[in-house]
Amino acid sequence: MTTADLKTPVTPNLPGSNQAGAAQRFAQGFIRSVVPVLLALIVSGLVMLAIGASPLEFFAGVWKYGITGSNWQRSLSLMAPLLIVAVGLIVAFRGQLWNLGYNGQYLLGAVVASGLGPILFDVMPAFLATLVIFVVAVLTGAVWSLIPAILKARYGTNEIITSLVMSFIAVGVVNLLIKGVFKDPGTSTPQTAVIPDSDLLPYIPGTEIHIGFVIAIVLAVVAQYVFSRTSFGLRVDIFGASPKAARHVGLNSTWMVILLFALSSGLIAFAGSVDILGQFSYQRADWDPRYGDAVMPLVFLARFRPVAAIPFVAFYAVLATGGTLAAQQAGLNVDFLLVIVGLILLFMTITEYIGDRRRLGQSYLPPGLKRTVLQPFRRASERNSA
Amino acid sequence: MTTTATTDVISLRDITKAFPGVIANDRVSLDIVGGQVHCLLGENGAGKSTLISILAGMQQPDSGSIAIGGKTVDISSPKVAVDYGIGVVHQHSTLVPAFTVLENLMLGDTGVLQNKKQAAERLEELADLLGVQIDPHALTSDLGLGQQQQVEIAKAMWKGSRLLVLDEPTSMLTPQAIEHLGESIARVKAQGLAVVLITHKLREAYAMGDCVTILRGGRNVGHIGVDELASYSEKQAQDAILSAMFGDDLGAAGSDPTAADLEEAAELAGATEATRETRAIDFETRPVRLELRGVTSRAGGRDIEAEDVTLTVHEGEILGIAGIDGHGQAALAEVVAGQRSAVSGTVLFDGVDITRSGVRGRQQLGVRYVTDDRLHEGTVGSMSVALNLVIKRIGQKPFWKAGRIQQKAVDAEATRLIDEYGIRTPSAATRAGTLSGGNIQKILLARELTNGARLVVVNKPTYGLDLKTVHLVREILIEFAAQGGSVLLLSTDLDELIELSHRIEVISRGSLVGGVVNDGAGTAEKVGHYMTGAIEGTD
Amino acid sequence: MSDMLSAAFITVFIATVIAQAMPLLLAAVGETIGEQAGILNLGIEGVMLVGAYTAFVVTLTTGSFWLGMLGGAIGGVVANLAMLVLNVWLGLNQIVIGLAITLIGEGITSVLYLQNYTKSPASLGAQPKLPIPGLSDIPVIGPALFQQSGIFWICILLALGLAFALARTNWGLSTRSAGQKPSSLDAAGGSVMRTRSIAVLLSGGLVGLGGAYLALLTTATFSPFLTNGLGFIAIVITMLSRGRILVVMITSLIYGLAVAIGPALQVIGFTVPADIIKMLPFLIVIVMLIVFARSSVVPPALGTPYTRGAR
Repeated sequence: MTTADLKTPVTPNLPGSNQAGAAQRFAQGFIRSVVPVLLALIVSGLVMLAIGASPLEFFAGVWKYGITGSNWQRSLSLMAPLLIVAVGLIVAFRGQLWNLGYNGQYLLGAVVASGLGPILFDVMPAFLATLVIFVVAVLTGAVWSLIPAILKARYGTNEIITSLVMSFIAVGVVNLLIKGVFKDPGTSTPQTAVIPDSDLLPYIPGTEIHIGFVIAIVLAVVAQYVFSRTSFGLRVDIFGASPKAARHVGLNSTWMVILLFALSSGLIAFAGSVDILGQFSYQRADWDPRYGDAVMPLVFLARFRPVAAIPFVAFYAVLATGGTLAAQQAGLNVDFLLVIVGLILLFMTITEYIGDRRRLGQSYLPPGLKRTVLQPFRRASERNSA
Repeated sequence: MTTTATTDVISLRDITKAFPGVIANDRVSLDIVGGQVHCLLGENGAGKSTLISILAGMQQPDSGSIAIGGKTVDISSPKVAVDYGIGVVHQHSTLVPAFTVLENLMLGDTGVLQNKKQAAERLEELADLLGVQIDPHALTSDLGLGQQQQVEIAKAMWKGSRLLVLDEPTSMLTPQAIEHLGESIARVKAQGLAVVLITHKLREAYAMGDCVTILRGGRNVGHIGVDELASYSEKQAQDAILSAMFGDDLGAAGSDPTAADLEEAAELAGATEATRETRAIDFETRPVRLELRGVTSRAGGRDIEAEDVTLTVHEGEILGIAGIDGHGQAALAEVVAGQRSAVSGTVLFDGVDITRSGVRGRQQLGVRYVTDDRLHEGTVGSMSVALNLVIKRIGQKPFWKAGRIQQKAVDAEATRLIDEYGIRTPSAATRAGTLSGGNIQKILLARELTNGARLVVVNKPTYGLDLKTVHLVREILIEFAAQGGSVLLLSTDLDELIELSHRIEVISRGSLVGGVVNDGAGTAEKVGHYMTGAIEGTD
Repeated sequence: MSDMLSAAFITVFIATVIAQAMPLLLAAVGETIGEQAGILNLGIEGVMLVGAYTAFVVTLTTGSFWLGMLGGAIGGVVANLAMLVLNVWLGLNQIVIGLAITLIGEGITSVLYLQNYTKSPASLGAQPKLPIPGLSDIPVIGPALFQQSGIFWICILLALGLAFALARTNWGLSTRSAGQKPSSLDAAGGSVMRTRSIAVLLSGGLVGLGGAYLALLTTATFSPFLTNGLGFIAIVITMLSRGRILVVMITSLIYGLAVAIGPALQVIGFTVPADIIKMLPFLIVIVMLIVFARSSVVPPALGTPYTRGAR
């Protein structure tokens, strides 16, 4: 036995009923997820003070423009794309595939809706056109992910880098499309034609929240079920936990990488099309809401559980909806949201560190995250560690 | 820089080191004297590795002291250990594979520029001392294991050593390379250096050691001094060591160990020549279960592939595959299990061509595989014991219906297997990764041997396990074969192969280079002959 | 007349290639040092922006490009402190920390710039030139190559010096072993912690310098998201170059060529959409990744925090 083996802690066989244990675990997990967000908000407040902006004004503004009046409805509308992006990220992250090309994938889906929309709604019923747009958006996203996926599956090339690079290319392609074939000839600014309100996704009766919100919630619940109860979910988890184990139980890892990447990227593209058809009705060149950047830390905090992501996404939707106006009021720029998101990431790792030391709640950073950069050496390194 | 040997005694006093749940060293005291080879014996988990980690400065003891020449020293880091002239050859290589021999040796040098000339001279000096030849500009990864070890020894002595510690140095070597090593150790000893040799094989301790200290459960449970050992016959030394090594474990508590117990213990401890324990079978009457015809594998990795392998395994037969670690065993195991594809050749199972079928197809036919990488390949540590027990049957009834997991069926199966194989786990829901190596191996065996297993491929089935589990695992395999199951046993442990196999084939660089029918004495020599003959010149 | 035109044209072209290549070169050399020691810094994009912004502010206030470059380097080091403390010291996840640095770097520089400089667009003034006597009079390449700023030469010397140091000094050996197999360095009596700390800080300084070069000498201004993915290109180049700084220099030049071709085509009458020009480097990079997929080798211990005794 090596010293490393000796260190493996013996499972504490805790006395007490399972229920109490579960409740305690939930509480600890909750604390571990919420603390980073709180710390990030506090520190971002300090940063605001340092650069001469008023944090009180900012957070009051977030509340005012994000929740009060009918503003909560705008926040919930924003939740639709955010939550779908979250599910898309979870699909890949569960399999320990770090799809960071989300910005490009989202824009591709959006441009499918904003570009094809004005054409399709003219020639077919709105219902059918919407369906076609969704399908094309998902397929576009899926196809776009093939290069990172195949490189990863065949050569173990780091998918973080390849998906990021593909994302930058997608941004260029989308801009070319908007300035080219999809350009609205009626205006001089580079943007697509506006889709009439009557063709957009309908509102939930009695509200101004489009049904994309319902679609997103349903997607999250379905994804949760698939991951926790089905054989497919288990296969994804095995693949994520250890590609070697996946091979051992007879999973085809090449296929798995391609499938998960396609699903992830397709879902994120779907989010883009939902956002256009539900919210924006047209798309401008160089527009990039970068939802994925904000959602990424949230899915970590939700420990890759789609349903658990809902409250985190709701929180961020309010922050983003209110924050856009609030930032201006507080003398900031909307890019300050990036700082808050970055701080959440930082405090997430720090809380994780302290939590591990004190055995607080369950980890949300999977060990495989570090493995991803080692891919080319996987065999060698695992042999060494055997 | 010259080799500065001193005859100062290095004394360890009451060294205690605890890890969560385990006391690795419990008040261990011993004296290491220059010009002597001090053997540390003990089974896996006895605390040998922890003790030398402390000597090497990798770990600090919770209590106790180390003195050199009567002066108490605090070995607070590997650097301090190097400065005191303590050189360690760890069980796992500490060489950087992508570096040349010289670069590896210069690592840790001070001064701004690398001094290759001086380093080359020092290497020559040490190579002379060890009686070996090392190419200073070769990439370390291109060297054979024996040569890598020579570089490690040179590195351990680089700054002028007073103590050379060798941790299980023979475990990966061919018999020929072990002989070389013995010669080098004798030369080092003649220079007046102290040598600590860690091993779990009794024979080696007797052959190479001047004195022996035995560790058990973290404690120093026996010491045979220089004069004593010299006066003992091999048999006397063996008995003395064995009774210290196993203590009460030999026979029932309170009573004297029986001769049979002693014999079994001796076998496990590698004291005596192993003999076959499996019942003989008549190859003529037994149908062929597995046949490989000219199989060459491919996976696109850096492993050595199986090359043109032809073999047969009969019903009820254990076929052993002997070879140095990393000579294509993994490829051979995987090509039979279906994890790796064959680029040429045919795999026949019960006469049916299964070359094209995958892991799951073969699994259902009864082809099973117990991998040597228990922690990362064989199990998913973050998942429950129960899930790990059915992980090869994902999506199959009765554990899954219409893609939905049937928790009750899974739990029932898990409970059954946990009972049958005596897996010690707090519950079926416990994460598999928290269990001990032995219990994880039992999970693998339980999963693979259940539900219609007809052929099982086992790769290094007892590697790193404690002696009791080793014994249990071997019993399980013997029993499986006695029931008509076939076993393809890949192992680097010659004694294990001889104990279990009906026939032994030797693999070298992915090819089978010779086979021996294991009946009667002399099998080890024949296998050793094939092993050394096949790879002559590389070590 | 046409000869004159083409000579001037080539001069401008070469100068543009160099101006575009240098920020990438510096950033990729910085990333190389980090990766060789085992630290993959996805925060490089943010570090570059911090370096660029600090350099911009310092030069604007002091009027000195040299002080600006120094400020950029210091800014980079400061931005990388998060990586030093959280990853090297505490062993927290590199990828998450890297992304956090990128996001914070992007956000904070954008906020600060828009807060302080939008109302009065600032100009940095003329760049310092250091004509090399004799060589600078060579037609065509003289003005392009040998009338560069002294900063250019210092940066080139820095890269060459580091290439030498990585290959030939004991520091280089330790640094590389920290990325290859930190346990070897530890067992040999070196300090993995110290080696990696130095590498992270040095890496931050170089990446910050890259950002500074971009702001001061390449674009002569700062704007939010100025780097536009350049940091990620630096990571790719680092991976493809397998730790060889001379290869990094050549690949950076190729990048410079790719970027300079767009404006050059425009001069001779082809109109290339700006989006294609922006996309081109990424297209080239992805093609390179596809073609050289097998050889994008990273150090085995990249991304793994080192804990003694754990294997």
